[in-house]
Amino acid sequence: MYKIVEKKILNPTVIQFYIEAPLVANKAKPGQFIILRVDEDGERIPLTVAGVNKENGTVKIIFQVVGGTTKKLSYKEAGEYIQDFVGPLGVATHLDGLKKVCIVGGGVGCAIAMPIAEALHKNGAHVTSIIGFRNKDLLILEDEFKACSDTLHVMTDDGSYGKYGNVTVPLKAMLEAGDKFDMIITIGPLIMMKFVVATARPYGTPVTASMNPIMIDGTGMCGGCRLTLNVDGKKVTKFACVDGPDFNGYEIDFDEAMSRGRMYSDFERHAYENSCNLFKKEVQ
Amino acid sequence: MAKTNMSLIRNAMPTQDAKVRAHNFDEVALGYTEEQAIDEAMRCLNCKNMPCVDGCPVKIHIPEFISKIKDGDFEGAYQIITKSSSLPAVCGRVCPQESQCESKCVRGIKGESVGIGRLERFVADWHNTFSTEEPAHPVSNGHRVAIVGSGPSGLTCAGDLAKKGYDVTVYEALHTAGGVLVYGIPEFRLPKKIVAKEVDTLKKLGVHIETNVVIGKTLTIDELFEIGYEAVFVGSGAGLPNFMGIPGESLKGVYSANEFLTRSNLMKAYLNSPETPIMKGGKVAVVGGGNVAMDAARTALRLGAEKVYIVYRRSMEELPARREEVEHAEEEGIEFRLLCNPIEILGYNNPDDTRDPKNGFVRAMICVRMELGAPDERGRRRPVVIPDSEFTIDVDSVIMSIGTSPNPLIKSTTEGLEVNRWGGIVVNEDGLTSRNAVYAGGDAVTGAATVISAMGAGKTAAKAIDDYLSK
Repeated sequence: MYKIVEKKILNPTVIQFYIEAPLVANKAKPGQFIILRVDEDGERIPLTVAGVNKENGTVKIIFQVVGGTTKKLSYKEAGEYIQDFVGPLGVATHLDGLKKVCIVGGGVGCAIAMPIAEALHKNGAHVTSIIGFRNKDLLILEDEFKACSDTLHVMTDDGSYGKYGNVTVPLKAMLEAGDKFDMIITIGPLIMMKFVVATARPYGTPVTASMNPIMIDGTGMCGGCRLTLNVDGKKVTKFACVDGPDFNGYEIDFDEAMSRGRMYSDFERHAYENSCNLFKKEVQ
Repeated sequence: MAKTNMSLIRNAMPTQDAKVRAHNFDEVALGYTEEQAIDEAMRCLNCKNMPCVDGCPVKIHIPEFISKIKDGDFEGAYQIITKSSSLPAVCGRVCPQESQCESKCVRGIKGESVGIGRLERFVADWHNTFSTEEPAHPVSNGHRVAIVGSGPSGLTCAGDLAKKGYDVTVYEALHTAGGVLVYGIPEFRLPKKIVAKEVDTLKKLGVHIETNVVIGKTLTIDELFEIGYEAVFVGSGAGLPNFMGIPGESLKGVYSANEFLTRSNLMKAYLNSPETPIMKGGKVAVVGGGNVAMDAARTALRLGAEKVYIVYRRSMEELPARREEVEHAEEEGIEFRLLCNPIEILGYNNPDDTRDPKNGFVRAMICVRMELGAPDERGRRRPVVIPDSEFTIDVDSVIMSIGTSPNPLIKSTTEGLEVNRWGGIVVNEDGLTSRNAVYAGGDAVTGAATVISAMGAGKTAAKAIDDYLSK
């Protein structure tokens, strides 16, 4: 069992936990992920590490309530325990040698982008961050990004905070104006990452995208997290859990990844509704 | 003592009726009664040269335990088996006895061999049901050994070392101990409570089991030595599932056998867990002919498939699965499409509605017919495509069961660990790798093989580790 040491509600659907897991805290690097189960017989869900506190051996995770499992997790309070917590998994984001980087985060993906921005900032790199949300209520981590970015663009789809529009607007403007980045690192909804790649393509700026497909074991056994890369005109199957989660954005077949991501959408909707109903009963 | 039973035919294994069991996950084979076990034991001639023991990878004293059954001393029989095997209830169920101990049995020359596997299972089940004897806690010798992976090789190695007084810790990446015994082999062939019981027995021997630790990630092999372990055994199992590389393998509804079985077994979709989605019902094609393919096909059937095909490119003769599993599958109504190979999987694509929820799901599979050509270097006849033989099978899901390639996690984080060109860890006859005090065995070394060969490797390594640390 793994203790929840601290809980913080970042916005109505996004929650931050610090979970006691000293072995994971000791090893985790930006871009890696963990897998957790809330309770016995629960689903295994992958969540990217949002930070660590090596002193007290805790790992920060930030998640959005999107399905039954994240709903259940959101009911947990500080001092309570979750069943399983394993990691760090996947390959850490490659940051060596990067001097000027643009970080593009969307929604809860910003939670994953943040430790990468922090690490780059610490390395002395020039960091431009673009963070996008549907609206003002869903905004998270603005102060944290401010602290580690040389330039920060906050975007909302409805213009209720920051600037109106999606994340590709300032990206395109910067690239058009002749800004050169060693790398664009993007983390967020698949459709957003697909358009970040499309925006960067005419300028030839390298793009790393962080993928978060459906996964079970996370250690290279089940093959559920496979995705297709187009490498020099050849289709190559890769596994996000051991080969990723970061891939060259230009090589990823985003359409296929989006389709595969919807494999169980019916099932997930039912699970979410059931978990809400269970909670209602408990409240009554 | 009663006279030897000279019947040429062995006692049949009572099984659930095929029509009934095709719709439940209860165990197919029900096990011998005491009377059947004694009657079968009486068929053993107690040969002096014990050819059966030669056929056993862990060298169980077979005639000796069978003699105890003849006397009705079932606990005595169990004690003899556990001297050599740490997992008797598992082996009695999943070992390919027909190609091991039973293939050497003298009674098999004229008639059927003694049902050694069935007797082993009977003895283990009897012990688990009736015995209250706790295993003796061995005296510690002060040496610490780490085991990577709690599958059959790791558990065997742990058990053998613990019995000798070693302080053993088993690290498991998943949330439950057992490895392939819990995520791979289905309930109807190996009930999970039996695996849990065997793991419990090891814990009573003093073995520590740490779940949720991925060696190569959470801790490296080098760190295990820094923590104070004096030797490490790597039994991390087979790795990434292979795919064919044909169009359509990323459609929704295409699974690797590993994923399909893991969802059903470890994640309990077979119990209708509300937490674990799995595609069920409809028509299912399983590509491949090994034991894993049989497990996947029979699981799909039990989850409610209306039709399940095994699609295999060679003929029945070359099918690598155990004969018994193939027979069970046939009885249950699995259809074998032999000499047949998929070349493309087709998906739904509604041109009028891009938001049609069926878009991107599997609808059919195109196959070609094969014939057997000249034998390859291993003597197996190579399947050759018959020109213009394409045909289409309507299916709703496809399960690829065509083997695995070794897991990269340990190799990539352990300097100086030699692997072969397939990525399997290289070991000598004692299971020692290219790294001092690091041993390995099971699928991580051989690629996908059997539970008992993994146990044999765990046993060999345990002996070598004991020799090394008692120097």
